[in-house]
Order: sequence, then C-alpha cells, then structure tokens
Amino acid sequence: MNELDDAARKRAIHRQSASIVASVAPFGIVFGAAAATAGLSLVQAMGFSLLVFGGSSQFAAVEILGDGGSIASAAIAGLLLNARSLAFGVIMAPALFGTWWQRAAMSQLMIDESTAVGTAQTERRWRRYGYLVAGVGVFVVWNLTTFVGHVAFAGAGDLITDLGLDAAGPAAFLALLWPRLSIAPQRRVAIAGAVIALALIPLAPPGVPILASMFGVAVAQIGARRRPGDDASVSDPGVSS
Amino acid sequence: MSDATIVLIVMTVGTFALKSAGPLVLGDRTLPLRVQQVVDLLPAALLAALTIASTVGDGRAVVLDARLVGLVVAGVALWRRLPFVVVVLLASAATALTRIIS
Repeated sequence: MNELDDAARKRAIHRQSASIVASVAPFGIVFGAAAATAGLSLVQAMGFSLLVFGGSSQFAAVEILGDGGSIASAAIAGLLLNARSLAFGVIMAPALFGTWWQRAAMSQLMIDESTAVGTAQTERRWRRYGYLVAGVGVFVVWNLTTFVGHVAFAGAGDLITDLGLDAAGPAAFLALLWPRLSIAPQRRVAIAGAVIALALIPLAPPGVPILASMFGVAVAQIGARRRPGDDASVSDPGVSS
Repeated sequence: MSDATIVLIVMTVGTFALKSAGPLVLGDRTLPLRVQQVVDLLPAALLAALTIASTVGDGRAVVLDARLVGLVVAGVALWRRLPFVVVVLLASAATALTRIIS
C-alpha cells in the first residue's frame, strides 16, 4: 500500500464522514431544545449527549420524562433503542483492535454513523479509521449543538408552541423511522408498534405504550412467517465487507 | 436526585455496556441469528410508537391538535426526500401556522 493510495483513502473517508457529521447538527439543536422543553437542566442535557451519546435513545428518554412518564419506562425505552449497539459492537469488534482500555474508549463512539462509515471500508485498519473519524466528528458536533439548542430554548415554553417546535420531536422520530418504512418486515413492525402505542395511550401511564410497542416485533412475525423471502436487515451494515 | 439524573445514570451505564460488549467480550463471535433479527426490528416498533405518542399523546389522553398537521407535512417532506433540517422546519412552521389560523 503506497502513500498515494493511503491519502486517497483518507480523503474518501473524510468526505463520507463530513456529510454525515453535518446532517447531525440540526438534530442536536432539536435535542437540546426538546431537553429544555422537558425541564432538563443544561448539565443534564449535556450529560445525555456526552455520556449516553445515542441520538434516538436520548430523544425517547427526554420525551417520556417530559410527558410525566416513570424513571423505569424512560430508561428502558432508551436502552431498548440502544440495543442495536450490541450488534454494531459485534460487527466492529475485529476492527477495533488495541488494549482493553483503548477498545473501551472506542466503544463510546459506537453509533449508527460511525458503524456505517466503518463498515463501508474493506480493510481492517480503514474500518477502524472510518469509524473513529465519523465517531469523533459526530461526538463533537452533537455536543456543541445540544448546548446551543438548550441555551437558545431554555425557559421558552410559550415560544416553543408558538413556533410549532413541539412538532419537531414527532418530525424527528418520523425521519429516523423513514428509511425502515421501505423495507416490508420493518414496515410491518412499525405499523404494529404504532397501533399498540395508540391503543395504550388512554389506558396506561406515559412511557408504557412506547415500551409495549416492542411486542410489535412479535406481532409482525406472525405475518412475516408467510413471507419467507423478505430481508429484515437494515442495521447490519456488514454487506459491503 | 431528579428523575432525569437517575435516568441519565442508568442509561449511561446500560448504553456503555451494550456498546462495549462486542469489542471487550465477544471478540470475533457473532450473535445468534434470531437475536440479531429482533435487535434489527426493535427500533422500527419503538420509533413508530414514539412518533405516535409525541404527536397525539398528552399524558393519558389522545389529543388531535396542530402537531398532527406538522407530522403530515413532515411525512410529505420526507417522501420528497428533503433534508432533515427542512423536514423539521416545515413541520414546525405548519404547526405554528395551524395554531395562528385556528
């Protein structure tokens, strides 16, 4: 492998990472604003972005807390949304070589974006490089924009409804869900989850309908068994390896 | 300690365990296919439920208000493949406008 190849490979990874990192910025602002709306302090909002570092799980927890849901339902919903990190970790493990504390430190960057850029590379060391570049980039931008979003919208309850920002959360969740809706098994699970949640909102405390929606996976499996040709996978980015 | 702080601590520990299990423990071994499939499908159910709950949920009541207009506009914007920031801005603007005219 000569130096020219290496430089070209690095440039390609930087390009891939830059567009992904940029796309995270508005999302971070919305999270900061959502956290402020839900009554979280700046320290708490930053704590989520620095320590948990998992976009949709942070949104879920803050949404449930803001709606008066219990500690357990907020934490469990958030952790279930991060369950895919376990699969990402298994996929990325061979590329994340190093001492145990290096591997632990790199694990904190285990999110959709870093895994996507990492697994898009073919060689082990470029997988690791892509994962780290995208991961660090998203981490920095995500935290800066969380800060900006919280500071800009803290204590602005009326302003949030006046500007329609209470629709930003629903729009963000739908945007996250959107790519999955074009895949049949994912779409069936989404519909089942939505129906379960809607049916339970009047019956159960806030947060519980969201937890119960995970049974949508089981409900949709009944339909899926009749369609064995479907490919359920979206979050396995290992196809290009 | 506030509820949010407790949730933050639990999610920090739990998420890190999920993230680091592969690199620290499993190494080259892979998850059973059935487990992998469920992990793959869970976010679809949860994200759909979150979309519904944050659009029509208000505590224990189902409330149809201006947020629903925002969600429909977001859906159209996503269908037109508009970028995330535009989707959110259009949804917010549509919701704000609905409140003004209603």
